[in-house]
Amino acid sequence: MSDTRLDVRKTYKLLINGAFPRSESGRSYEVVTAKGAFLANVAQGSRKDVRDAVVAARSAQPKWWGATAYNRGQVIYRLAEMAESRREELAEHVQLSEGVSARAAKAVVASSIDRVVWYAGWTDKIAQVFGGTNPVAGPYFNFSIPVPSGVVGVLADQESSLLAFVDAVLAPMCVGNTVVAITSERRPTPAVLLGEMTASSDFPGGVLNIITGRTDELAPTLAAHEDVDGIDLAGVARDAANDLAATGAQSIKRVLRVVPTNDDSLRRLRAFIETSTVWHTIGQ
Amino acid sequence: MTDRTLANSQLGSLDYDPAPESASIAKLKASYGLFIDGEFTSPSRHEQFPSLNPATEETLATVAQASAADVDRAVGAARRAYASTWSKTSGAQRSKYLFRIARLIQERSRELAVVETLDNGKPIRESRDVDIPLAAAHFFYYAGWADKLDYAGYGRNPKPLGVAGQIIPWNFPLLMAAWKLAPALAAGNTCVLKPAETTPLSALLLAEILQQAELPEGVVNIITGDGSTGSALVDHPDVDKIAFTGLTEVGRNIQQRTAASHKHLTLELGGKGANIVFEDAPIDEMIEGIIDGIFFNQGHVCCAGSRLLVQESIADEVLRRLIRRVEQLRVGDPLDKNTDVGAINSAAQLLRIRELTDVGEGEGATRYTSSCELPQKGYWFAPTVFADVAQSHRIAREEIFGPVLSVLTFRTPEEAVAKANNTNYGLACGVWSEKGSRTLWVAQRLRAGVIWANTYNRFDPTSPFGGMRESGFGREGGRHGLEAYLNV
Repeated sequence: MSDTRLDVRKTYKLLINGAFPRSESGRSYEVVTAKGAFLANVAQGSRKDVRDAVVAARSAQPKWWGATAYNRGQVIYRLAEMAESRREELAEHVQLSEGVSARAAKAVVASSIDRVVWYAGWTDKIAQVFGGTNPVAGPYFNFSIPVPSGVVGVLADQESSLLAFVDAVLAPMCVGNTVVAITSERRPTPAVLLGEMTASSDFPGGVLNIITGRTDELAPTLAAHEDVDGIDLAGVARDAANDLAATGAQSIKRVLRVVPTNDDSLRRLRAFIETSTVWHTIGQ
Repeated sequence: MTDRTLANSQLGSLDYDPAPESASIAKLKASYGLFIDGEFTSPSRHEQFPSLNPATEETLATVAQASAADVDRAVGAARRAYASTWSKTSGAQRSKYLFRIARLIQERSRELAVVETLDNGKPIRESRDVDIPLAAAHFFYYAGWADKLDYAGYGRNPKPLGVAGQIIPWNFPLLMAAWKLAPALAAGNTCVLKPAETTPLSALLLAEILQQAELPEGVVNIITGDGSTGSALVDHPDVDKIAFTGLTEVGRNIQQRTAASHKHLTLELGGKGANIVFEDAPIDEMIEGIIDGIFFNQGHVCCAGSRLLVQESIADEVLRRLIRRVEQLRVGDPLDKNTDVGAINSAAQLLRIRELTDVGEGEGATRYTSSCELPQKGYWFAPTVFADVAQSHRIAREEIFGPVLSVLTFRTPEEAVAKANNTNYGLACGVWSEKGSRTLWVAQRLRAGVIWANTYNRFDPTSPFGGMRESGFGREGGRHGLEAYLNV
């Protein structure tokens, strides 16, 4: 027998409340590369996992929003630092998952990390761009500040395994929301890797929760959950998204549907913020 | 003897053990050249001058005296870097350089804090907890703007000005460098920075950090020297922008000299901040706020709350408490972590403070000076409070820029506002009251760029800072701070 070292193969698990559980259901499913070769066994999350993730996101939200915007920016920038040092691994998974060339995969990873940096810079600018004072006709000091919607459900893009995922989860997080994301069903591993990096980037547990599994099974639970304030359906095909949007309407969810390519309207940043306005009297 | 005075006298006999930070953390070279085109170079006339530790009068290092020829070289380097590199560098790339600089400042924060305290005389507690973290935060904040200028409210694709000449004061050396460089670089300008004559060292360490960050050569040039260096920078024809922080007299002169030129100008000048205290203010917080407002950084703060306007009904109580608190301030070794008030930055500044306080006594104000023991060597001034000050007194009108508080009284909110605005300055004011509506009523009427309510001397990279009237124009910090470096 040769002494060839056996690989230590990795289990790709869920991310809930800062921990990496297998699905409470005990299920996993086989993920293959774009060429059809075995890539990994990935936890197949259940509806219960989604509900647990929402509980985690809800309890983490006040702390995440209560941190200073500067601190949130530092934490997100730290994620970029962590991703930078693991970009080979990310690129390998993007390449295998998406079936693109090594060079293209590297470019995707570079863009993804740069997007994280972009969001790191937004945390303490949101209020200045979207907030302001309102010159009401009376003796009042009146100002509006943007505040997060709360818990945001993300149904990640099925094709773009990393770049679209970064946009979908970082945009709501940087404005102070916490997130429950359901990854691409067939291409989940880059998102799982990114989740692992958040665990070493000072993110409080529960700020980002990641569920892998069957989208059709999980999405309705997320869309129907009464404690989810907003849902990003930009990665879902139109018919399915229509149904999920209708489901979300039951609890008056904020719904993000379409984000055009090269959109520079800050649609994603605006999608899950509310405007809070304060009136304060002025007088001797 | 009552219980309370007994307790006080016992407390008075207790003292802290010395808790000095190690000066050896500062690994300074014996001498520094001029940072031009990405490297340290000798000044054309080979002149060096010492930078002193104001707490000991010892030389920390010698730095180069930049001549007009050196200024020309630095501006030339900045112009070339602007034309060939920086104006073609994307916002996203500029952003990443600025993030690097922010991180390097964080990583070297302890060393920077010690150097700042040695060179400036400010307590290590302040350089460690205020100056250096805020400097890093400033770079971090503007890093985020570099690739988001389209969203800053100045229209699509706003353009930089070009080469910025930046002249900074000695009271917050590294922080002022950050306030100047970070927005300028984020907006896409290249810079020639002139640190203050008495506090050049942290800026030279920053030059090393810029090298570590691999910022392209010539994007930032740092030239040391006296007033003649700054003067040459102001007059240089190839500078597009002058940003100056310092004395109003000097700002006035710069404005006159650039008036007929193409140069853009922002000025952050002196102040005579009023701290207005109403009778319903929370007294313990208010006393601490007044103390912090004037004795923070030895009072070497342009926005210091150097005039206390206290409502007549509580004036005696406030004065009594203030004097007691002033007695408790720990004055001495700036490197000691328990020091509250450090050394005066220079002999010249000490002279100015002495002159004005002598005038204060001569004009009839009542002087209370802390009985603290002052070190034998170095430049020191014991914390001082003047009561019975009239608006006409020089100590109520002129910026002392030292640990000296002038106390005046008022009866009504109108009178408080009138007295607070009775100055040529307009930088900062404080308002202390539990009644929010009145605080806002007063704030609306104060002619000051920054107004603190129930706090004082708070700074944040996201919050615009700057003056009205003879305290200057332009803002530093926040979205507004970008405007100073954009051609909009």
